[in-house]
Amino acid sequence: MMAKLIGKRITRNEDPRLLTGQALFVDDVELPGMLHAAFLRSEYAHAKLKGIDLSAALERPGVVAAFTAEDMGDDWAPGPPLVIPPPTIEDVEFYTRTQVPLVKDKVRHAGEPLAIVIADSRYIAEDALDDIVVDLEPLDVVTNIERALEPDSPLVHDDLESNLAAHLVQEKGDYAAIRESADKVIKRRIVIERGIAGAMENRGIVASWDNKQQQLTVWDTTQSPIPIRNGLASMFGLSEHQVRVIAPFVGGGFGPKIMMFYPEEVLLTWSTLKMGKPIKWIEDRRENFYATTQERGQIHDVELALTNDGRILGMRDDFLHDTGAYDPYGLTIPLNTQCHALGPYDIPNFSSDLKVVFTNKTLTTPVRGAGRPQGVFVIERMLDIAAKELGIDRAEIRKRNYLPRDVFPYDNLIIDQAFSSFVIDSGDYLPAMEKALKLIDYEKFTQEEQPKLREEGRRVGIGVVSFIETTGVGPYEGARVTIESSGKVNTATGVGTQGQGHFTTFAQIVAEQLGVDVRDVHLVTGDTAQFHWGTGTFASRGAVVAANAVNAAASIVRGKVLKLASELLDTPEEELELEDGVVRVADIPTQFISLGDLAQRSNPLRGAVEPGTEPGLEATAYFGPKYGATAFGTHAMIVEVDPETMMVEIKRYIVVEDCGTVLNPLIVEGQLHGGVALGIGNSFYEKLVFDDNGQLLNASFADYLIPTAAEIPTIEIAHQVTPSPLNPLGSKGVGEAGAIPVPALFAQAVENALGVDGLEILESPLSPQRLFELFHGEEKDA
Amino acid sequence: MKPAPFEYIAPTTVEEALGHLAEYGYDAKILAGGQSLIPMMNFRLAQPSVLVDLNKLAELSFIRSEKDGELRIGAMTRHFQVERDDLVAEHAPLIHEAMPKIATPQIRSRGTFGGSIAHADPAAELTTICVALDGRFRCQSARGERWVPAQDFFLGMFTSVLEPDEMLVEIAIPPMAPRTGWALEEAARRAHDFALVGVGAVVTLDAKDCCERARLVFFSVGDGPVEAVKATEMLIGKEVSPDLIRAAAEAVTDELDPSADIHASVQYRLHLARVLARRALEKAFARAAAPGTQAA
Repeated sequence: MMAKLIGKRITRNEDPRLLTGQALFVDDVELPGMLHAAFLRSEYAHAKLKGIDLSAALERPGVVAAFTAEDMGDDWAPGPPLVIPPPTIEDVEFYTRTQVPLVKDKVRHAGEPLAIVIADSRYIAEDALDDIVVDLEPLDVVTNIERALEPDSPLVHDDLESNLAAHLVQEKGDYAAIRESADKVIKRRIVIERGIAGAMENRGIVASWDNKQQQLTVWDTTQSPIPIRNGLASMFGLSEHQVRVIAPFVGGGFGPKIMMFYPEEVLLTWSTLKMGKPIKWIEDRRENFYATTQERGQIHDVELALTNDGRILGMRDDFLHDTGAYDPYGLTIPLNTQCHALGPYDIPNFSSDLKVVFTNKTLTTPVRGAGRPQGVFVIERMLDIAAKELGIDRAEIRKRNYLPRDVFPYDNLIIDQAFSSFVIDSGDYLPAMEKALKLIDYEKFTQEEQPKLREEGRRVGIGVVSFIETTGVGPYEGARVTIESSGKVNTATGVGTQGQGHFTTFAQIVAEQLGVDVRDVHLVTGDTAQFHWGTGTFASRGAVVAANAVNAAASIVRGKVLKLASELLDTPEEELELEDGVVRVADIPTQFISLGDLAQRSNPLRGAVEPGTEPGLEATAYFGPKYGATAFGTHAMIVEVDPETMMVEIKRYIVVEDCGTVLNPLIVEGQLHGGVALGIGNSFYEKLVFDDNGQLLNASFADYLIPTAAEIPTIEIAHQVTPSPLNPLGSKGVGEAGAIPVPALFAQAVENALGVDGLEILESPLSPQRLFELFHGEEKDA
Repeated sequence: MKPAPFEYIAPTTVEEALGHLAEYGYDAKILAGGQSLIPMMNFRLAQPSVLVDLNKLAELSFIRSEKDGELRIGAMTRHFQVERDDLVAEHAPLIHEAMPKIATPQIRSRGTFGGSIAHADPAAELTTICVALDGRFRCQSARGERWVPAQDFFLGMFTSVLEPDEMLVEIAIPPMAPRTGWALEEAARRAHDFALVGVGAVVTLDAKDCCERARLVFFSVGDGPVEAVKATEMLIGKEVSPDLIRAAAEAVTDELDPSADIHASVQYRLHLARVLARRALEKAFARAAAPGTQAA
């Protein structure tokens, strides 16, 4: 099949609706008699709950109900784990402690919900929060992951011996032995702080129990509506078909919206089942800073063993990972970190001791990047330091260590986030690096421009960083493709959509198979009444797993179309072509039948459907990859640091991305733009600051800094295409790629710009304040 | 993030508005552009029982110049109107230069010139600039009106001399003397953020190219606009040189007492103050010395 639509820069099918305000978001849902919920949240990060008095709140006019954990009776239970702890890794220690719907005994992080108030309006519900009297006895707080492992640390979970949530060691080769024979061993400590996802739309839920229909409908900003449906059904003893979960348009997912179950999802459903009235809760921005999951937050002790000519012999990466107060998401993040610390490089010996730690902070679950940026930061920074110490160019040391193109599929001999062997399906790293160096004119900049600028007193630096991104993991997704009697095509898939452009890329695939206009493919995502098999949108898997399911279903429908048309037109299938919404006999343009007519003929009103056949031009198909497809690329940037104010300006930004087959360059580039912007936030702006009491000091957009359009440079993008052999489309994910290498790149470029001997950047994010300390020293201005 | 209950009044004349302020006093809050007050109410940090909305007072939205060249700006004039006004660009180039640095275009389309001043945020550009330009504020109440010089207006963080029944209605900016140069320098995390430190400089050269007058007023380093008086005194009557500017800029530290927050330590703020003071003075003196520097 000649690609006519796949790979084309097609503007998005969904944009007219989004841009004219016609798209449904959860907060747009208005139901008759709908009530509004607000949550009372703990101001303490760690406290014993001794009592809650709701009586004054219940007396306030307009308040309909209010509940505590006690009111839930037997329905109160800690959430089931979202990711089952790893069975396949030997000697793994893992202590499952999952979040609770409402606090019963003690508060484990600030913002944990203590009570729900349901009222005629959100205003009244919030007024009533002030009426509630809570008796909390504050306990000692632990926020620092190193402190949390000390024997005398306060315990987040009293029934555990320590705050250790998990411990595992991964080994490849024999690091200890190779370390002894290495020419050079470099040892550093790297600290990566915590941030938020900061989606434009916060979370929101509308839950509605219809007693006469015995039907529960939940509109939820979730990234995984089907598991939410299945979980709610099992939690509340309903048939799965009595529960419909709709994830409508969602203003950004970025990971935290895959977390389940959030306390609010349980509470809204429980309350509507109890009260028989629809209830809405929309998370406000302040709540989002405490109640929606966060990420990053690791401390690494790293060693890199090398030969004098810069060949990596081995790496040891022992690190602590902050899971916050609970660990429902298992080891996904730190396993990603371990895998991505190996990067695109040939590292024959690897040893990594991972400890996951409970703290009195909001829990961490994947945020765009999901542990990968930390791994990339670690290996890339270590390579930069090695390059400096061995007197090798930064780009050159990377080139010397890339896995060669003929080695794939390459088994890294450690376990990945899916608890299977970390195999890289395909790759071709060197050309991506060469392309980036050429686009940024690395040679000329470092040899000519930079020395000249330096003489003028200007601190301008360059960075270049490689990365891989594991994407498109299983288990599977599905899709149903139906040609309607209008000739238009309906496509339904279970994944939710949070801005990825599914309405366009999936339509392109269907249109390619069926020869229809992309605008005539209507897509439904994230509605369990339309499609109820699958898991969700995460791990950069939509364009791999769901897209290939769509392709498979459309291909079956194509077969049905050809078969029926062949009979009706009395022409062999090979002589038929699908184009412009008709099936045509090749070379005889007047002999054709439209898809609409075929659809009608396939659904006869009289006669019988032949045994062994089905009515309609419809097919449902599934796709589950053997393992994930691994994308990769190189980013490069030029920055200028004002050595007096320590403000940083990004002057150029280059992305060379290889995500296999590009379904739609416009959409891929949009993903990269957004990813890089998030990465710039992670590099220089976004850091959650907790005080010793576990209080967040910057829980608003006034003090938690998200870069705006003014801070984001023009991003120059080049594509390289190394198709994945694991799926028919050859696609790889790109949802997180943009964000992954940026902190490592930014640190390298800023360090290079400052150009001070011995000044190493071993932390992320940076800030002007921190650069001031590093560059001007603490004492100079005392 | 919903405000506590409040009563809402939207008067259509200044007189009516002043009547409400006289009646409700401390219980009332004035709503101008709402860019600070509304977030504070949504956080329930401000819980006024009465909100007096001035947005229907068209009479307070104007920009004009008096015969003597004094610029008059009505308190309810939106930032974007000031930003795009030719009269302001001509008579008060420092204000013109500062406007794009105030927050975002979205905020400037709604926020008001007078609201920003009356709010007395120590991180705001306009409070400082009005002090540096020797501005005056017309404050009205049902009891009468008074003009208050900008440098006497600010009492502390979010506090001014305005009485509970009084409101700021008009700002006056005197014409600049010939051979006057200006500059505004600030260091902010993001383009639209409040500055970590900012400084406005206004300097005048005499016929012999010596410094006749100099004002150096900082924001984000104290409870309100902070003038470095002693540092600028070092410049008066002297021939201006890079060394002199540097020395004056170094001296500002003695007159500033900034506090630390999560974005900047005291040390870093003092360092920025010296750097920005030097840059502002250099730019202002260069402008003052440039041929054709306006005689307003």
